[in-house]
Amino acid sequence: MPEQKDKHIIIIGAGTAGCTAAGQLAREGYRVSLIEKDGKPGGKVNNWYQLFPDRRKGEEVREFLMGEIDNPLISINLNTDIDSIVKKNSKYLVTTTRGVMPPADAILLATGFDLFNPERKEEYGYGIYNDVITSVELEEKFSSGSVLTSKGTPPKRVGIVHCVGSRDEKVGNFHCSKVCCVTAVKQAIEIREMLPATEVFCFYMDMRMFGPYYEELYREAQEKWGVNFIRGKVSEASENIEGRLLVKVEDTLAGKPLKMQVDLLVLMIGMENSLSGRRIAEDLNLKIGMNGFFSVADNHYGNNRSNMKGVFYAGTCTAAMNITDTISHARAAVVEISSYLKSSEREVEV
Amino acid sequence: MKNFGFSSIKPRVIDYDRNNKAVSDYILKHEPSFALCIGCGGCAATCSAARFTDMSLRKLNILVKRGENDEVRRLMNKCMLCGKCTLVCPRGVNTRNVIFLTQQAFRKLDNYAV
Repeated sequence: MPEQKDKHIIIIGAGTAGCTAAGQLAREGYRVSLIEKDGKPGGKVNNWYQLFPDRRKGEEVREFLMGEIDNPLISINLNTDIDSIVKKNSKYLVTTTRGVMPPADAILLATGFDLFNPERKEEYGYGIYNDVITSVELEEKFSSGSVLTSKGTPPKRVGIVHCVGSRDEKVGNFHCSKVCCVTAVKQAIEIREMLPATEVFCFYMDMRMFGPYYEELYREAQEKWGVNFIRGKVSEASENIEGRLLVKVEDTLAGKPLKMQVDLLVLMIGMENSLSGRRIAEDLNLKIGMNGFFSVADNHYGNNRSNMKGVFYAGTCTAAMNITDTISHARAAVVEISSYLKSSEREVEV
Repeated sequence: MKNFGFSSIKPRVIDYDRNNKAVSDYILKHEPSFALCIGCGGCAATCSAARFTDMSLRKLNILVKRGENDEVRRLMNKCMLCGKCTLVCPRGVNTRNVIFLTQQAFRKLDNYAV
């Protein structure tokens, strides 16, 4: 273990990125303060029952993250919000709702993402019809061990709508949230496994199977599980007299509009930069990209650096990412922070 | 009766809940690779019949799955069963057999055997 260094790093956000970076920095001997607005660390992965592409339990990644932050050099501050961040000489002074933190030599923003609020796409009926739910709510149903409609019956047919809040200029989001397509495929398989008599239809604009074994999972969904895919963006969902949901979509491959009834409609909600992250950006004059996420110093070789010396980024506050890429991005941030702290040390010596 | 020149138009919309998907079920049962189509259109691009007719296996696959049987009936006999489509399919769908089974399914359907 390297000897303890006289440097202090504040990490904002104790999700996948924050926990990974904290563990790595502490192993290199840095003192780390982890600030988290929620009551427990782990972030969004806490909501997840199984993960793509191998359908391992979300719990296993949670355990890895908890192991990372189990280090005497890391102090964890839960239920804590940021009040202000001020730069003073080469130090950052962070005030939280629980008081003033010890001055930091570097800040790592790992503020993550907020889920798109599907009520903004009113035509899908979320918050209007009880059987229109989000991907996160479906995941909660998997965790609870049963997938039922609001009437308490197993759904005969489930529709899954891709790109809710993503690739849609009508809600101000041009970007692709990347992980929803493969999540839809994973959840479609899980429904078929849990309820073999239930038909599942995915309504997609493009199937974006970008990661290793994602395309294979898509193929498995068709081949082994009989999941149906219809290329087209759902235009609207409405409840009929029997209380079933009528979905309208253009079947673009058939070149015709299509209507069908479903018992449960699952909206694959996308990622947006978190509100808490954007507040910090205002405070520090950090650049926000046209996609709403933090703008990185260089898209190819500087995507952990910000426009402020000493302020770094990790994870989904810079772009939509899966867990694997978030962990890699957080580890890369540690390398950037470490080399920054070493060079600023040399500057002081001169 | 006097003809006023009006006629009723059949809606273009695919009414999935009403359509009969027996042909699709029949093909899936005998040729499970049918499920693997991703609609890339490689088959239609190489199709010999498509040069001179509106035959499109890419489209036919989808229409079968949706139960749009009238259009399937119209298209399926334009195929010459040359099998070039099978050679190009990136998902390994036995496309020639899909057409063959489609024709067979309709023959059985007409004899009430599906």
